[in-house]
Order: sequence, then C-alpha cells, then structure tokens
Amino acid sequence: MLESRILDQLKTIVGSENVATERQDLLCYGYDATQMEFLPDAVVHPGSVDEISQILNLANAENIHVFPRGAGSGFTGGALPKGGGIVLVVTRLNRILRIDTENLIAEVEPGVVTEQFQMEVEKLGLFYPPDPASLKFSTLGGNVAENAGGPRCVKYGVTRDFVMGLEVVLPTGDIIRTGSETYKGVVGYDLTRLLCGSEGTLGIITKIIFKLLPLPEAKKTMLTIFDSIDGAARAVSTIIGNKIIPTTLEFMDHATLQCVEKRFNLGIPEIGRAVLIIEVDGDRELIETQAARIQELVRPLGLVECKVAKDAAESEALWKVRRLVSPSLRDVNPDKFNEDIVVPRSKVPDVIRRIEKIQQRYDIPIVNFGHAGDGNIHVNVMIDKTVPGMEEKAHQAIGEVFQAALDLNGTMSGEHGVGLAKQPYIHLELKGAQLAAMQAIKKALDPKNILNPGKMFPVKS
Amino acid sequence: MDPLKRVEKDLKKCVKCGACRANCPAFSTFQREPAVARGKVALTQHLLAKDIELDDQTYLAMSKCLLCGSCVEKCPNEVPTDEIVIAAREALAEQRGLTTFHKAVGRVIRNRKMMNMGAAMAAILGPLFFRKVPATSGLRLRFPLPFVGGRRHIPQLAKKPFLSRHPEVIQGEPGKPRIIYFVGCMTNFVYTEVGEAALALFRHLGCTVIIPKDQQCCGLPGMSGGDMETVRELAERNLSALEKYEADYVVTACATCGGALHKFYPAVVGKRNPELQQRLQALAEKTIDASVLLQKLGLQPEETGAGEAMKITYHDPCHLRTRAITRQPRELLTAATGVQLVEMEGADKCCGLGGTFNVYHYESSMQINSSKSEAIKRTGADAVVTGCPGCMMQLSDGLKHNGAPTRVLHTLEILARKIRN
Repeated sequence: MLESRILDQLKTIVGSENVATERQDLLCYGYDATQMEFLPDAVVHPGSVDEISQILNLANAENIHVFPRGAGSGFTGGALPKGGGIVLVVTRLNRILRIDTENLIAEVEPGVVTEQFQMEVEKLGLFYPPDPASLKFSTLGGNVAENAGGPRCVKYGVTRDFVMGLEVVLPTGDIIRTGSETYKGVVGYDLTRLLCGSEGTLGIITKIIFKLLPLPEAKKTMLTIFDSIDGAARAVSTIIGNKIIPTTLEFMDHATLQCVEKRFNLGIPEIGRAVLIIEVDGDRELIETQAARIQELVRPLGLVECKVAKDAAESEALWKVRRLVSPSLRDVNPDKFNEDIVVPRSKVPDVIRRIEKIQQRYDIPIVNFGHAGDGNIHVNVMIDKTVPGMEEKAHQAIGEVFQAALDLNGTMSGEHGVGLAKQPYIHLELKGAQLAAMQAIKKALDPKNILNPGKMFPVKS
Repeated sequence: MDPLKRVEKDLKKCVKCGACRANCPAFSTFQREPAVARGKVALTQHLLAKDIELDDQTYLAMSKCLLCGSCVEKCPNEVPTDEIVIAAREALAEQRGLTTFHKAVGRVIRNRKMMNMGAAMAAILGPLFFRKVPATSGLRLRFPLPFVGGRRHIPQLAKKPFLSRHPEVIQGEPGKPRIIYFVGCMTNFVYTEVGEAALALFRHLGCTVIIPKDQQCCGLPGMSGGDMETVRELAERNLSALEKYEADYVVTACATCGGALHKFYPAVVGKRNPELQQRLQALAEKTIDASVLLQKLGLQPEETGAGEAMKITYHDPCHLRTRAITRQPRELLTAATGVQLVEMEGADKCCGLGGTFNVYHYESSMQINSSKSEAIKRTGADAVVTGCPGCMMQLSDGLKHNGAPTRVLHTLEILARKIRN
C-alpha cells in the first residue's frame, strides 16, 4: 500500500482523475498477454514527459517501484507490477509529432498505436515496416522497449533498426535524449540501441525518432504447400540463396495445419506437411518477375500446391490461414506457452526435428509456426493447466527447446523478450561476466532498482 | 443459478492479448482498461473468484459497454464478451436490484398496452428522446451522468403506431412465401415509415405478410440493464405470438430486434431450459433481416430506387455486422435506380447508441458518434442509410449536433420509394 501522502503527491503531479486506486482499476492493470497477474498499488496516467520525470523523481526518493506500461500486450510480463508499486501508463502520450518527408523521419510519442502510425506515414507514401502481430493495438513505446519484430523483419529488420533517437526519463527522473536525427552519428555510447529491447528496466521512453522508407509500390502474396518440412525449409534457403529476399516467409508446420484444417476446413491437401506464405514487395514489374522466379525455384522441392493472389482480396484470403492459427490452437489444449526461439535460417529443419523429439519425450503437443525467413519460430506448447503435473512438464520441455535453439547457435527469444516468463531460463544463454556487465548497466542507471524491478534478471535471494 | 456461472467457461478463453483495444468503441472514448472487453472479462473472473464485489465500481465498469460485439468479432479466441457483460449486468441487477430507470424500462416494455399510450412511451424513451425528463417521472439514474442535455434532438412519436394501422394477415399471391413481420418498438412507435416500406416491398413481391398484433418488444432494452427476467418473459410471449402462424420466415427490419431473435435469445435466454431453447433455436433459424430476404426473393433493381438522383453512404448497424450482413444491403442499394453509394471511413464502426449506454453515458456516446458524423459529412452524401431504427435515431442526433444537413434513412425506405409512389 502506498501512503496517502504519496498518493496526494501523485495526484498533484498528474491530477486526481489520472490516479486510480480502486480495486477494479488495479486488477485491470495487473495483467498482460502472459496470463500472469499482479496487483499494483496505484495506476497513474501521466500526460507529459515532465509529469513522468516528477513521478520517477518521487519514486526514486521514496523507494517506490514503478512499472511502465503501454497497451499491456506483451508476452513475457514486461509490464506486470510484480511485488506491487505504481503502474505508469504512457498511453496518454499518443501524438505523432511530425512526419518529415524530406529527411524521411518521424517523431512520435510512445502511446501511439503501431498501425495508426503506419497508416499515417503511408498516406504520405512512406513506410514503417516493423509489424508485430499486435500492431493494431500495441504501442510504439512498447515496441521499442521490447524491440518488437514481425513477419516483415526478414527483409526490413526489427524495430531497433528503425529507431534513430529517443527521449527517455531515467529512473532518477532525469530527462535525456539519445541518438540523433541523422543517419550517421558516433558521439558517445549508442544508448539508443541499449534502450531498444531494455524492457522498461533502464528508462521510460517519452519520444521516438523513427527512420522511414519509401512505400513499396505493390506486393504479391503466395501460399505454397510442401509435402515435407524439409521441402519448406529448403525453399526458404533456396529463395534467399538466389538473392531474392521476400518481405515475409511465414511458416506453419503439420501440427499447425491440422489444427486449422480441423476447425475451419480450408481445403489444405492431406499430403501437405508444411506451408509457407511468401510475400514480395517493390516495383510492380519487379515483383511479378520475383514471384515467377520463386515459383520456379520451389517447384522441385516437394511443392504440392502454389496459390498466387491476384489482388488484395485474394491476398487477404491467403493470409487468413495464418490468422486462423491462434483460435484453432485452443482445440488442442486450453492453455499455451508461446515461445519464440530463433536459429540461423538454415537450421530451421534441425530445430523442428529436435522439438518433435522433445514433444514425444514429454508427451505434450507442440505446434510450430512463425517467421521461417529469419529463423524465428513460434513454439507453442499446448497444455491443460488443470491436469496435474502438466505445467511442470511443460516448463521442462520449454527448457529443452531453448537449449536446442542455443545448441544450433540461436537464441531463446527473437521478439518477446525475457520479462518474467523467460527469467528462469536466462542462465542458459547469459553467463558469468556477460550477465554481470548487463547488471552493472542496470545498477548504474537505476541505483535503487525502482524501475521495473525483478524483470529480465533473476532476483537475488 | 448464478448468471456468472453461465459464462465461466467462456471467461477462460480470454488470454488478455489486448486485441479488443483496437475495436472497442467504449475504450476509444474512456481510454481505460476497465472499459475494454479484456478488462470486463478480468473483472468478471474476479467476481466469480469472489475477490471483488458487485459494487459501484463493478457496476460502473460493466456499464461502459455498448454490446456492439466488435470485440467478439475481432477476438482471436472468440471470447463472447457481450454475453459475459450481459451475465455480469444480470448478476448486478440480482444483487443490487435494477436501477430506477431500468425498472421503468422493464415495466413499460412488458406492457404493450402501456406502450401504446404515448405517455408511457415517454416514460421509457424519455431519457432517450425527450429534452426534459419530468421531475415527477422518477427517472433518476444511480450514476448521475449528464444524460439528458438540452441539446439532444428527438424524433417525434408517431400519431398512430404501425401495429394498429394494418390487419393481422395480409394475403399475398398463392405459392409465394408467407412471412411474419416482427416490427419492433422503434418502428412501431417512431419510425413507422420503415414499417410501411417493409410492408410495401413484401406485398410487391407477392408475400403473405403476417403482423401478429400481440408481438412484444424484443427485450433488448431490458437485457442491456441486466433485467433478464423481463427479457425471458418477452421472449416467451413473442414465441407464442409468432408460433401461432405457419410461416417461411420471421422478418425484421431492425438490426437490434433481429439480433435479439437470431442471436441473443438462444445464446442468453434459453440456456437453462432445453425445451424453451429448442423453440428459440427454431425461431432463430427462421429469423432473417429484410435486406437478406429481399435479395433472396429477387427484388428487381429497376423496381427499386430513390425516385431522384441521390448520393448516399451506408452505416453498418452492429447487430447486422456481427451477423455478417454487410454485403446484402449495399448490393441492393447500389442496384437501386438513381442511387450512388459512397463508402464512408469506418462504416463498420458503432454509432455510439449501444442501447441504454446512451442513457448512462450520453457524453461518451456522442463522442463515439462524432467521428461517425464527421465521416458521414466527409462523403458529401445527401443521406446516410442504415438498417436499424436505433442507429437512425443516434445518427440523426449526432448529425444535428454537427450541423450537417444529411438525411437519415432506412435501407427499405430507399428501396420502396418507387413502388410506393
């Protein structure tokens, strides 16, 4: 519980209508997409960088934990108020400050919803490619803090690759700017990249300068069905090996296809073992040639069927297969752990095979789909939490899945981050002096450990 | 049985992903989690777990829902949040009693005779329609929100209700479909022209039109306040009224009534009573929106039309959109002579009425509506056309607030013009 003196100060800073302490309000800011829940002591909705600075200044002086939050759509608990404290919601800072068509940059506040930003820049013929699955509701601040990815990253890179500079409130309340508005800039440490993916542990992002690209003229979508997982995997490396980088190379394994087919009857042929949704973008003529070349390249790799969308509506229909994955998975089991390992793209079949073995050993359904183009596989461990012992078994299986990714020179998480969910496994990937260096950075910027404490690094007992 | 138990299984489907934040009209105006579907699901889970009470705060959160179904449509896990909110409101009503306003709603909608008296209609529709609520009417809301400002624009009540104008059975041509027309209160008392248009169109197509005199309010105004007792009673009375006749279809020209008969009756009303459920299911299967039936019966484009060159835009009523009826009205309107259909931005977005949401949260309701009005204005259309008298009222109010001369018409009013002239 926060002392009433503290609550009064918070109310003075942001106005009493922007401080919530009713139990119902607290409960609604204690969850995110991880399905964990913690009760904060207060929820504040500041409306400016100065207010955020004052809140952190107060929290630092009074040793109160602060948990920054955007849309609360994260998969690892980055925004969850574990242990209680203040949830600081940044969504009132939701303006697009400028879109500079001469320098191809934009400056935005963290509460802007990703898709709204994309629509605004596209009106001007510009392009912001990062496209996390949550883009219709996630915020750009959250995207930067978690370094969000998405299907298009295979060609364009992740959120980090588009962040040029930031305004950040440090845990002490100091406001700093990082990076610059120029593509080049080598003065001092690259704090911008450090803050991308820092999961709200180092500072609260209050402004973002993004790099933009010209909007590609057109895109073309293809849905290819293969008779083996190896065929699909070889298709990925063959396409890229032939110097074509598609915008997306989305992959669904046999288990995924079975789920979707069982529920929605989309008419995917029985012998289909894997699906790739391939999209290319660029000049109209160029993508026609690329699409034709891709079909030629994948045909000998056990291609069962290739559907090419003629227009936007057909493209939408092809993407539907991918979108129906999530609702169909619940037919397997009611609860899921959604992991997002990455391996070098050539190692995708290896890691899938290892996951199949893990699945057999633990007798837990595991469904894989995701961004094959950059080796980022969403590994969905489907369980029923009401079955005794199943959740424990799932955790062990997940540990082995992570180890498999690491053994193949990959990483535990490509998009979702560590937060709370992956903390128990972090020692598999981060060791000794490497971990100590990271913790030293945290300590230097947040000496009292008030900002999003207990995230990313295991808490010392 | 605890109404919350009814949705216990549904609650488990929600994974709190946040997708509803992109689609919820209530969230778009309140901008706080308790107002979004995910928040209401979480609160209902905590109600079941008994770690919060059915108190003022819960009531306030649950009141911030228009039952528009946008969240349900876009939910990756198909969580029926509308049914969850209805259950929570029912639990609130059971525990706390109905609000004075909803008590009045229940009294009036259960009593068709009373509804036929203008004064009684004023009592229920007062906060929705009238500039002033008489101090003596007893319509006081538990949450004193500014619900009836002097700025509200009100449609006039019809001098003679639609149901009292026509015989119960109007014989059509042999071999043509027999249809039962479920009129609905808004058409019966306010937008009687919609009823006349429907009747003209179906007679033109040779249908035998049955308009049972003892049909009742569909009950949705009660449902939106958690008054499920009233809804159940009305559902049963409607069943007996409609089951009296053999018919091929039960037609509605009000999206909300259609939503009640087609979706909410079987989903919410019949769940605990298998015999009743079976009858409600049969009614649901026969229920069809007028636009869908007109298309099915092959209404010829050259017979329909505005009678004048007219630029229109179409608004999707939530309770048609959630039943996937978006294409049919557009196709009919586009084909009608003289009509030019221009799409507005966000045609599928809720108009903000949300049944009695508009009564409890008038300012927010109009805030949701203002982007709709702006979008309509930008099209430069002469008229905005829709398939729900409830939307018609809200759209009129919003457009007048925004100083737009745009007329508000029902799809059937356009289609029937030529035939009626």
